[in-house]
Amino acid sequence: MTDSLYTSVDDLLRANREADQLRFTTAGSVDDGKSTLIGRLLNDCKAIYDDQLAALNRDSKRLNREEVDLALLTDGLKAEREQGITIDVAYRYFSTPRRRFIIADTPGHEQYTRNMATGASTAHLAIILIDARHGVLTQSRRHGFIASLLGIRHLVVCVNKMDLVGYEQAVFERIRADYSAFSARLQVPDLVYIPISALRGDNVVNRSGNMPWYDGPALLPHLEHVEIGGDRNLVDFRFPVQMVNRPNQDFRGYCGQVASGVVSTGDEVVVRASGKRTRVRSIVTFDGERPLAFAGQAVTLGLEDELDISRGDMLSSPHNLPHHGREAEAMVVWMSDIPMRPGQPILFKHTTCLVRGTVSTLRYRVDPDTLHRRTASELALNEIGRVSLECFQPISWDAYAANRVTGALVMIDPHTHATLGAGMLIDRRVQPEERLLAQTRHIRRETSLVAAADRARITGVSRPCTVWLTGLSGSGKSTIAKLLEQRLIGEHRLAFLLDGDNIRHGLNRDLGFTEADRTENIRRIAETAALFNDAGLQVIAAFISPYASDRAMARELIGADRLLEVFIDTPLAVCEARDVKGLYRRARAGEIPAFTGVTAPYEAPKNPDLRIDTTRLTAEEAVEAILALLRSRER
Amino acid sequence: MDDYKQSNLEQLEAESIHIIREVVAEMERPVMLYSIGKDSSVMVHLARKAFHPAPIPFPLLHVDTGLKFPEMIAFRDSFCRTIGANLIVFNSGEGEQTAANPWDWGTVKCCGALKTQGLLTALREGRYDAAFGGARRDEEKSRAKERIFSFRDKHGQWDPKNQRPELWNLYNPRLDPGESIRVFPLSNWTELDVWHYIHLESIPVVPMYFAARRDVVVRDHLLIPVIDRARLPPGQVVETLECRFRTLGCWPCTGAIRSSARTVREIIQEMMTVRHSERITRIIDHDQDSSMEQKKREGYF
Repeated sequence: MTDSLYTSVDDLLRANREADQLRFTTAGSVDDGKSTLIGRLLNDCKAIYDDQLAALNRDSKRLNREEVDLALLTDGLKAEREQGITIDVAYRYFSTPRRRFIIADTPGHEQYTRNMATGASTAHLAIILIDARHGVLTQSRRHGFIASLLGIRHLVVCVNKMDLVGYEQAVFERIRADYSAFSARLQVPDLVYIPISALRGDNVVNRSGNMPWYDGPALLPHLEHVEIGGDRNLVDFRFPVQMVNRPNQDFRGYCGQVASGVVSTGDEVVVRASGKRTRVRSIVTFDGERPLAFAGQAVTLGLEDELDISRGDMLSSPHNLPHHGREAEAMVVWMSDIPMRPGQPILFKHTTCLVRGTVSTLRYRVDPDTLHRRTASELALNEIGRVSLECFQPISWDAYAANRVTGALVMIDPHTHATLGAGMLIDRRVQPEERLLAQTRHIRRETSLVAAADRARITGVSRPCTVWLTGLSGSGKSTIAKLLEQRLIGEHRLAFLLDGDNIRHGLNRDLGFTEADRTENIRRIAETAALFNDAGLQVIAAFISPYASDRAMARELIGADRLLEVFIDTPLAVCEARDVKGLYRRARAGEIPAFTGVTAPYEAPKNPDLRIDTTRLTAEEAVEAILALLRSRER
Repeated sequence: MDDYKQSNLEQLEAESIHIIREVVAEMERPVMLYSIGKDSSVMVHLARKAFHPAPIPFPLLHVDTGLKFPEMIAFRDSFCRTIGANLIVFNSGEGEQTAANPWDWGTVKCCGALKTQGLLTALREGRYDAAFGGARRDEEKSRAKERIFSFRDKHGQWDPKNQRPELWNLYNPRLDPGESIRVFPLSNWTELDVWHYIHLESIPVVPMYFAARRDVVVRDHLLIPVIDRARLPPGQVVETLECRFRTLGCWPCTGAIRSSARTVREIIQEMMTVRHSERITRIIDHDQDSSMEQKKREGYF
């Protein structure tokens, strides 16, 4: 045991007055050494008392554990200790002179996604433990995804048990590369990798002499210094009214915790629901009136005018309003044994409101291990999906990505009162496909007076379709596509090439390379191809289109009967050796984030209409093969 | 942006106030369990802060086993009078439980009768649908798993394996008639946080927390206070030692520790070196491995 962390009581008093709070969550598979790590952090920070340690030794012996089992510290329930499993989120506390830490320790078992989400909901940071001997597992990816989904902005990947792999840098680097390839698709701005041995104490509290090649901080110093002040939203003033405080005729105040932003006396505020404006007259606390209140503070606001305001109303700045309405989109983590089905009645707890409503649509389910989207008719326990919600009374909300308080909601069963799930609201503006879908419900297509055969006489294309070329960057898609277009035009068949780079310069110039943007990119292209096909043109589309789910979407939009999927199958090594645009070199240097094949995945088509092996066929031969396929369809 | 920083204690305080207000806004008949200890003092202080300038909008309930230290009762009455709280005392050692005592019944049965049953009866008679308790998650390992809004069935029982998931600060307040919730606004506070807060806010606590010369018998690491000399086993030697209480409960089941800490500041200083958890001064918790969990399942706080 180390000496006291503080030199005098004055030190301690000052430290505790000034110390801030970091909440983090830990997760890992059963034997990743999570309990050992927590035990070590607690022990080295003197958060385990002698009698607790003695009880631990006693329990370990009684339960026939070979060594002192630190998991018994956090496994508080009888069933957990007896079965050697963690059932529920356990909260543990320790502190250093700089910070107070709250650990939400969540079980690593696959079926307990809901506990991970629960622990992550209040955490600033997540620690993901990876066993150096086993590398990145499904579980490690899943936890990263859930942390990202719940808005955690700081991820620490601890590659544990480095002592068992000889403290080899290569092992650490390989795991880092593996996990980075996956994490490029997550929305986590701060990702740190630390090689540790929780058992031996390497890089946990102090830098280890066993890994001189590692030049980053040890885990505890990192936890002490990681900057979380910027995570809070201090821009958008939001104040969900919790209750009206009216002890007598002279005082009427609105109690609540500032969800985000800052407010001062004299500031103009708007009641979002009614649009009525007033000014803040006073900010009342037990310790006297204050000139201002900011995110996180629980205060009581006195207002200049007597407006109709009650619990569930939201006060905000007039320059910057939250959304207000009955409909919203959300990612949902389902936590009930009974699956979620669209249409079922649900009570939503959102800020301080409790409103009735329903899930109107289940758009898709996300596979947390691959991040693939799957169509689904229901969401089972521990499944994650994208839904549209309908509240029967309007709520004032923000996107979860911008505001973890006003963007979160909990779903409650109105009959059993069980907590069913958790939702993270999504800003519609970045998801235009919903708007389009919503519109198509009300718009009837006009039928044309021109028959397809009449168009075919002009365009020379008897059965217009889209040849969709997919493959890695540098696989030869564009070369083949251009030749194909040339051949078709030469045969007096009106063909048009939609090419990735060209589309991104115009139609899709507002889109980046995040997963959502890539999907939207493909959606617009598919819609365009479908229109061109309607117009009687032969379309050639050449896009990397790395995700199977996106290609499936394209097939749906264009129509399965007029889409020909051609897989330009060129091995990564060949593409990289060619590197026509120098992109691979830049991606390897870390200059391009989420580059397909390097730091982002390419999901090869399983059953393409045609597979072209460019190591065996020339571009001309490839064009011939595609033309043969087109001819066979026209017969 | 550093101007808008909240310290650990400020965050804990704001979180607790939010919780207390949620209960008052959502529940029909809340009550605050008041056990006279330091955690209760802090919880009541937070309740005053939550509703200022209005008074605390619910009663305080003390389940009196009849075995509390006289100093605790004196403090309770003066503290509640000073802050103008509405105090309800439920005497659980009356009626059919008059015979309950730890010497004849053993601590498990005595606790079940006087504390658990007493509490359940008091809550039922008051038709309370929400009861605040000052328990903290760092106190005991089964408490570490308990929700802030902790659901109880019609019999006041806790089912640890079937708890409602609790995310963000969005608490599920929904109940059927007869069901209730226990609410723990101090869930995320540690013993040290509580003492620091008492220090910073000058919150009054029972004088028994401070060192004084007291009559005790020494048993293992515990100093058992001598309140009723008739209850002393033969051969026990009464000593007068400088000591203080780290936790307060019924006098037959509460031990003191050797200490010279006479102020809150000195208590905090003492905590820098103390090597035992506070629960060790309670005789009831370590009857058996999962004794706290078992009692909580039956309805204990």
